[in-house]
Amino acid sequence: MSQGPVPVPTPETLQFWEGTAVGELRIQRCNSCEKFYFYPRPYCPKCNSDNVEWRVVSGKGSLASYNINYRPFPMFGTEEPQVIALVELDEGVRLMTNVVGIEPVPENLPLGLRVQVAFEPRGDQFLPVFTPDTAATIAAAASALETRA
Amino acid sequence: MTTPSMHGGNIAIVGAAETDRIGKVPDVSMIHLHTNAARRAIADAGIDISEIDGVATAGPTAIELADMLGLRPRWADGTMLGGCSFMALVRHASAAIASGAANVVLVTHGESGRSRTGVPHYAPSPSSMGGQFEQPYGALAPYSSFTTPVLAFMASRGFTREDLAEVVVSQRLWAIPNERAQRRDPIDVAGVLAAPPVAYPFTRDMCCVVTDAGGALVLMSAERARDLPSADRAVYVLGSGEGTESVIVSQMDDLESFGPFRRGAKEAFETAGVTHDDIDHLMFYDAFAHLPLYMLEDTGFVGKGESAEFFREGHTRPGGDLPMNTQGGGLSYTHSGMYGMFAIQEAVRQLRGEAVVQVPDVHTSFVQGVGMMFGAGGSLVLSNERP
Repeated sequence: MSQGPVPVPTPETLQFWEGTAVGELRIQRCNSCEKFYFYPRPYCPKCNSDNVEWRVVSGKGSLASYNINYRPFPMFGTEEPQVIALVELDEGVRLMTNVVGIEPVPENLPLGLRVQVAFEPRGDQFLPVFTPDTAATIAAAASALETRA
Repeated sequence: MTTPSMHGGNIAIVGAAETDRIGKVPDVSMIHLHTNAARRAIADAGIDISEIDGVATAGPTAIELADMLGLRPRWADGTMLGGCSFMALVRHASAAIASGAANVVLVTHGESGRSRTGVPHYAPSPSSMGGQFEQPYGALAPYSSFTTPVLAFMASRGFTREDLAEVVVSQRLWAIPNERAQRRDPIDVAGVLAAPPVAYPFTRDMCCVVTDAGGALVLMSAERARDLPSADRAVYVLGSGEGTESVIVSQMDDLESFGPFRRGAKEAFETAGVTHDDIDHLMFYDAFAHLPLYMLEDTGFVGKGESAEFFREGHTRPGGDLPMNTQGGGLSYTHSGMYGMFAIQEAVRQLRGEAVVQVPDVHTSFVQGVGMMFGAGGSLVLSNERP
């Protein structure tokens, strides 16, 4: 259980938070323009269509940008720096999140790093956070070695 | 009868003032930072307060501002676009005056950002989009949210942390002689990088100061301004633009470029009927060191990827050919929370020839604001000459 602000779902975002509680990352997709979008809304912000649906996505993506916050607010109950990251999901939407499971230093956070979702309990909710996708990293390293050979 | 244009110099800023004291002012509550600046700006204009029939502010309501001053206006505007509200309010006031909805408009700002005196309790809503999708991750303060896109911006251009530091160094040079500036110690790139880390890649000096301060403006038609004792100090609104984007920073359309800067500046230049070559002074809202880099490129003063070199070459420094943030900016002069008013104040001082560090021969200034992180933008072209 991590400490910090607990999101309070609204009727339009409830599906998202019901998903994280069962280990699913649910993102809305527009069936008219065939694109995913975020944050949740009952219509497509790109083409204004009402023909939208929730889908469970892969939970895989890459690190688009981040900061390392050395001054976390007291409510987080830690002085450990926070990696506050922007992750681009493979489905084409961007989420703010934390990258966890690594020492928070720039050397561990190359832009483009492959990451995968995990769900962290926070109050009565589960927050989607991301960890480096170890399998993808090993595959990329192996491929680089092969290229060299 | 056709309505005269709100642009092209038909509207004048005839009064402009900051609070008598800025920096640490714990003995004045927030609303009276507004009224202090307002009464000084009215005196600066040389008008009687009873002439004001329009009020505009962001933060407290226009109702509270007007009532505190004993006013019963016929026009009020409380547009809240964060720190660039004041660029938008100058634009809205110009439209109101041109259309006849108001004759003399007061625009105020005041914030007890440092002392928090008389500041309403603020608690972010856990059911807002930010409360659900950003704040749980630590993005509660501007330093931990406004900075999230910056590494992507830098990587796309090959910029380094030294390039962020160079912005700070260039602006500090303007603040050193200015006794009202908060940070006045000379600093170099190494010094900026050695300052305490706040949120990588940002150190303390790449983040704005936090102060108590206010400012106010009085606007009226240029026709009416001709009869004022202060007529020769009038500053004219040539052009303007504004726009909004996402309510949470993670959803900005493009991490490497901000639409309201591009579109607002384009409209401001088009409505002013001037080009970049006509601009001889810049005020770029700099809550953090990355903003002047985005703004130089997005407003079209340099091409993509050329902003860092523009700073390194010294164009924006004292003696440079395009002086920027000439009181030290939010990074060194003052930043109460919504800085936009102070960018406009310095542009007015420069155009009047009354700045602490006066740039010679300033005729036309371009002012670019930003608000609610990458949420909104506001652009103004101001001049001391009526076309």
